[in-house]
Amino acid sequence: MSNRAWLFLALGALVGCAASAPPDHPATAAAAPPATPPPTYSRDPYPSTYRRYPGVLTAITGGTVFDGEGGRIENGTVILADGLVQAIGGPDTPIPAGATRIDAHGKWVTPGIIDVHSHLGDYPSPAVEAHQDGNELTGPVHPDVWAEHSVWPQDPGFSRALANGGVTTIEILPGSGDLFGGRSVTIKNVPARTVQAMKFPGAPYGLKMACGENPKRVYGSRNQMPGSRMGNIALDRETWARAVEYKRRWDHYEKVGGEPPTRDIGMDTLRGVLEGQIRIQNHCYRADEMANMIDMSKEFGYHIAAFHHAVEAYKIADLLRENHICAAMWSDWYGFKMEAYDGIPENIALVQNAGACAMVHSDDPNGIQRLYQEAAKAQAAGRRIGIDIPDPVVWEWLSFNPAKALGISDRTGSLKPGKMADVVLWNGNPLSVYTRPEKVWIDGALLYDAMNPKLRPVSDFELGQPGEGDVK
Amino acid sequence: MAALMLTGAPALAQTIAITGGTVALGDGSDPIPGGTVIVRDGRIVAAGRDVAVPAGAQRVDATGKWVTPGIVAGFARVGLAEVEAVDGSNDISARASPFSAAIDVARAINPRAQPIAVNRAGGVTRAIVAPAAARSIFAGQGAVIDLGADMNPITRARAFQFVELGETGAADAGGSRASAYVLFHDALREARDLTLRAPIAGPASRRRARANDQRAYGLEDEPNASNPLLGANVSRPQDVLLTRFDAAALVPVLQGRQYLLVHVERASDILQVLGLRKEFPNLRLVLVGCAEGWTVASDIAAAGVPVIASALTDLPNSFEQLASTESNVGRMRAAGVHVSIGMIDDMESLQVRNEKQYAGNLVALTRLPGATGLTWGQALETITSAPAEAIGMGGEIGSLKPGRRADVVVWDGDPLENGTAPILVLIDGVQQPLTNHQTELRDRYRSLAPADLPQAYRR
Repeated sequence: MSNRAWLFLALGALVGCAASAPPDHPATAAAAPPATPPPTYSRDPYPSTYRRYPGVLTAITGGTVFDGEGGRIENGTVILADGLVQAIGGPDTPIPAGATRIDAHGKWVTPGIIDVHSHLGDYPSPAVEAHQDGNELTGPVHPDVWAEHSVWPQDPGFSRALANGGVTTIEILPGSGDLFGGRSVTIKNVPARTVQAMKFPGAPYGLKMACGENPKRVYGSRNQMPGSRMGNIALDRETWARAVEYKRRWDHYEKVGGEPPTRDIGMDTLRGVLEGQIRIQNHCYRADEMANMIDMSKEFGYHIAAFHHAVEAYKIADLLRENHICAAMWSDWYGFKMEAYDGIPENIALVQNAGACAMVHSDDPNGIQRLYQEAAKAQAAGRRIGIDIPDPVVWEWLSFNPAKALGISDRTGSLKPGKMADVVLWNGNPLSVYTRPEKVWIDGALLYDAMNPKLRPVSDFELGQPGEGDVK
Repeated sequence: MAALMLTGAPALAQTIAITGGTVALGDGSDPIPGGTVIVRDGRIVAAGRDVAVPAGAQRVDATGKWVTPGIVAGFARVGLAEVEAVDGSNDISARASPFSAAIDVARAINPRAQPIAVNRAGGVTRAIVAPAAARSIFAGQGAVIDLGADMNPITRARAFQFVELGETGAADAGGSRASAYVLFHDALREARDLTLRAPIAGPASRRRARANDQRAYGLEDEPNASNPLLGANVSRPQDVLLTRFDAAALVPVLQGRQYLLVHVERASDILQVLGLRKEFPNLRLVLVGCAEGWTVASDIAAAGVPVIASALTDLPNSFEQLASTESNVGRMRAAGVHVSIGMIDDMESLQVRNEKQYAGNLVALTRLPGATGLTWGQALETITSAPAEAIGMGGEIGSLKPGRRADVVVWDGDPLENGTAPILVLIDGVQQPLTNHQTELRDRYRSLAPADLPQAYRR
């Protein structure tokens, strides 16, 4: 098997979506709380140092606008100021004095695309052995590893996702070889020297979990647990049971003080999940396995934000809707492995039609450049079976729903006043194969312009190489 | 949209007239609004504007639709695997086999594999199917197949030999490109030696005739049964690396009777391969991949060697692809290279139906400053007639020119646009079913509403 896709599929990741309801954890009332809280560990020891780049007051006028939340405005106006969307409306929207005008007649304006499932940086290009940093694979339970500590900011893939894909925010996940693959990181697609300088300020962490074939294959082949799907669940449950206990000890300590419990870096992550602060992004293909994972989340009191690679989501779209879980899907991948055998091109449309939260994801450094095309393919597959999903609603699969799954929909994912000015100007209808991004703003800064070769990022790796600075 | 149904089973003798659609011939020309396509006896009779409809022809009204030749998947492995990761269903490569060049995929094609049906429903009617290299730089012999719903998938068996001469070839050769070239030379030397030692009976005229006869060494027939090179009286020296079968399989490559598809990406590797013809003047080379082809496009064009490129490779995925750009295909074509699209290492056993999307993206590049793309007609050509021509089959498949096999697709819209799909597929003039595992799953789960019986009873 020589497909590069195998890398990610075989050792892939997991995603989650939808609003998460933090479970109720009644504190044990014991001794009176101390006057000052006991010293505890940092929840953010590798903080974001991202700062938005300067932008100018900008008025994009005359285009067809998808607001990302299902709205469509013809001859629309979008005003960007101080890194934020200042206004959005029709042709009568007032243009502030001094604004740089961008004529978008015949063009489309959308929120930037958010890919909820990428391995840019942790499986970067070139895909050499020394760069295989997305799967720990030294044990099936690794909530202690953080994808951000593997991310190579110089991955040339980031620039392709920006220029060809219109992608402004990315969740980078660990792979799916382990049951608990580690923490994900959400980044702004802005080139930087450090991953800290890319981290989306204030974005919640995710925890990658994996169902199915990958963990049991990796460890079963070593005669280790898990060697079966039931082994997957058993080891998951043992781990969550320990996490509940860990959380209880730390909750008690942080309330009443005394001797702090022994730190466990992996358990810190699981405690964060049980508190509702870290979002479960769950690699899971098969319908029956998703149902098992939902029950497990209820058993231990956490919420699954999204199932990633949910090729059988269409079989249980009602369950996903009832449990407020998003599904991150490809438009048409199938058959590369047994658990993908039942993939169908109507999956995304059927999930949408059932009223559940649908998202298009890539898991692939090539696919991330064409997510908008994949959305269009999924829309067309739905239309052929009588499910007509309007273009601006389709765009929710690409921006607002992923933002919800990542817990950042209050800041990005749609063009609403006060939200981050993460905006793409397309040179045509972005659901057409003949369309490409013309300009991309992130936090109001123009970071890609097809009309200006100087506004095209080139990673360190590509300097002095054949094709440096070329169109890609 | 319901599929178009021809009344009755279109027998070979039937004449079919597809009228009113936007017709694209697949030869690089622009689409023709209101065109007509005439099919008879499984072949194209005429296509284009002002084509008269013969009396008695069965008519298909394609008004508002698009009509094209079926897609020819330029580098594919469809039919060689059902589920890639399930070894028992996967015949793409054979790591533990003692054989390499002698491997013949025609034996392994399963016309009932779901990827055949799925890609047929995606408008792919033919595929150039190659094995993958495993224990040698030589992967074996590929075939041209059709994706029809019958048990005769082979259009041309042993159409080409496939060899890896870039990074993969280096690895297969023990770790270096230099070693791969020594292996290549040694293999062709062993093939040549075999021909020198094989006696061909009869007068000189007959020997000459046989040397020019495709059938002489069994390219068309079962190769190992009648091949004189495998005869009991052919002795070989002790210092050989190849099995006799592998050496015999390379004889037609050496003699230029079988195409040699060579996978290379790096510019220097491309030039090395072009240079092989100095030593082996009969090689009928076709390059596969060629991510850096645009940087040496004039050399490729001058050599007259066709390229089956990966359309959208734009990442430095390896050190042999540093100059990757989506403009590669457009730039090579502009330099005069004969370019088509293939999908090496890109879900080529499953997703060749997405070649049309790739072609559409090449059209998109024409609207991007600094980029080089293709016109719509050229883009369609790269997934229809161009791959067929690359392996010498342009007279048979890949276009709607008169005389070609009637592989015709009627689409519900612009075939290069996202999400358009076939509503009628003809292969050799025979209407094909468009249902498969996926369409049945779709129908079963179209509604999740509670019913009187479980889903398992819905079919």
